[in-house]
Amino acid sequence: MDRRKFLALAGAATAAPLVSKTAQATEITEDNPEFFGVLVDTTRCIGCRQCEVACAEANDLPVPDIKNDNALDAERTTATDQWTVVNRYETDEGEIFAKKQCMHCGQPACAAACLTNAMEKTETGPVTWDGGKCMGCRYCMLSCPFNIPKFEYESINPKIQKCIMCSERLEEGGMPACVEACPADALMFGKKQELMQIARVRIYSHPDTYVRHIYGEHEVGGTSWLYLSSVPFEQLGFRTDLGTLTYPDYTREFLYAVPLVFLLGPPLLYGLHHLAGRDGDENTEGGHS
Amino acid sequence: MSTANSVAPRQSVWQFILSELKPKGPIFTPFNIISVPTILAGLVIVVWRFAFGLGSVTNLTQDYPWGIWIGFDVMTGVAFAGGAYIITFTVYIMRAGKYKSLVRATVLNGFLSYLFYAGALFLDLGRPWHIINPIIGNSFGYNSILFLVSWHFMLYMMAEALEFSPVVAEWLGLERAKKILHKLTLGTVIFGVVLSTLHQSGLGALYLFCKPKLHPLWYTEFLPVLFLVSSVFAGLSMIIFEGTLSHRVFKTQIDPKKHHTFDDIVFGLSKGAAVAMYVYLFVKFVIFIHGQHWHFITTGWGWLYILEVGGLVLLPCALYTHGYRQRRIGMVRLAAILTLLGIMFNRLNISVIAFNWQLPTRYYPSIGEIVVTLMVIFTEIWVFRWVVYRMPVLRETTEGNRK
Repeated sequence: MDRRKFLALAGAATAAPLVSKTAQATEITEDNPEFFGVLVDTTRCIGCRQCEVACAEANDLPVPDIKNDNALDAERTTATDQWTVVNRYETDEGEIFAKKQCMHCGQPACAAACLTNAMEKTETGPVTWDGGKCMGCRYCMLSCPFNIPKFEYESINPKIQKCIMCSERLEEGGMPACVEACPADALMFGKKQELMQIARVRIYSHPDTYVRHIYGEHEVGGTSWLYLSSVPFEQLGFRTDLGTLTYPDYTREFLYAVPLVFLLGPPLLYGLHHLAGRDGDENTEGGHS
Repeated sequence: MSTANSVAPRQSVWQFILSELKPKGPIFTPFNIISVPTILAGLVIVVWRFAFGLGSVTNLTQDYPWGIWIGFDVMTGVAFAGGAYIITFTVYIMRAGKYKSLVRATVLNGFLSYLFYAGALFLDLGRPWHIINPIIGNSFGYNSILFLVSWHFMLYMMAEALEFSPVVAEWLGLERAKKILHKLTLGTVIFGVVLSTLHQSGLGALYLFCKPKLHPLWYTEFLPVLFLVSSVFAGLSMIIFEGTLSHRVFKTQIDPKKHHTFDDIVFGLSKGAAVAMYVYLFVKFVIFIHGQHWHFITTGWGWLYILEVGGLVLLPCALYTHGYRQRRIGMVRLAAILTLLGIMFNRLNISVIAFNWQLPTRYYPSIGEIVVTLMVIFTEIWVFRWVVYRMPVLRETTEGNRK
């Protein structure tokens, strides 16, 4: 399948769930992560930073002056006014560029951390932020293993800023602005499972080009964004020690214990109170007679 | 009993409260001279923070979203306030009447700690006008530990307020209300103890998400257990520390006979703290061995760890043990201070110092953050003092003659 055909298919697939809501409900479940994502092939990236420009234009952010700002000279992180950055890495295979943005995890830490559900993994794939719910506690920032949510410390009405995978464009059947802008075919938009197949095919058909690791396949339980690389991912500034456990799994046991403690705690304490007898100070009776 | 009713039967409650608002005791004490300017400066900084944003007064960054307003005020403050649930458990559930005299001061201290230290959380929120969201239910993040912790803070503050309410009723001379409120005590104590076990451990559970950021010597899936167990000896040490100070500062409020029995009580508390510390050290030891962390010990982080666990848990644990066996009150007091420092160090290690240990950038609190933290502490002490001088907190209820 060439890219054009694939995109047409992907576009149709995007529109399909919008047409039929019932189909969407059965198709996309927590156990069946049929959400959209993007495959980043770092072997194809030429470091032109057109994705940064397109992102800024699509999301009303300041457009970087990519001709003159020499931003590739240092490794950058995303910022409140820049949701995606391209970095240049000196690797065993020479100079390689890697685009960084929110990974849009399948079961995101930020959403599991959020006490107001302001951070949400939408059914189509993007992890979005709702300013009407957020109280600015910044626990999402503390929790995110990729350090993606950014907070406007200088504002009195601060927002959490991060890539939202152009969720509005996706709802209209489109694709993220950065993918559309990429002139080198380094970015590919589609359903995660299809992207996984394409990624595997590329590795199998060019075993000398790629390392046998699709970053995002298993990391933190799987992410919407996937990466291919010709060098081990540590050399491209990726953390490979994050494990494959999804974030809700870290606290699941604790949260399961909560209703149990609430159910068993009071009768246990009440029983202890009676067991302790009344030969102590009568004043310790409290309200009980 | 000289309540408002018996002194001036027709005096209205508001007149009474107005008269009670006047200062009692000397005004130019060293504490007042230090605390008043600090509180005023803190208030200015708070206004500044709401006018120009968090970045204008704090050193918080994108890598360090939580600073000492969480790491010290909330994490440490709540652990220090653990004494209230330990003492109410001991007195009302286990019916150990020996510690009855501690209940009122400890519950008051616990309530005020939550009110001020957890209340300081409000200053740290970027969008505080949405603080109501997780409460009114338009957006319940059930699966969030922070959701659990914030609900528990709120409910526990109510439970503590109820536990303390008979004292307020007594102060206001509302005998009937006092009787009714007193009847609720056992229920609120049970509720409060359950809430406390869950949110003390919940504060540790918050950091379960920080595995990639927190140093392996501090990160463990047993963080909730460690936070819960350490809140026991943190709370007991705080009672010893605060009680010892109270017995000096509020001498006039306490029956002289009680000064003697207080030492006895302190030795009992020391034993309790020592036992909790043995449990804590055992869990720490198992985690350390199980995690195979030997190679970290020779690094700088290892020295911090040894200082924390050896110097500020093992050592005070030994001092407590020796102190109560030999009945050496000075040793026990020293142990209490070291333990409190150890808790502070532990909570700051987890939330600030060993957090982002792999990053080159570090966070140091700004002057503004420190002043606001001091403001919170001083204001709590002011309110505590105000209440102690007016309500029957330390003095015997029956001989509560107000000056």
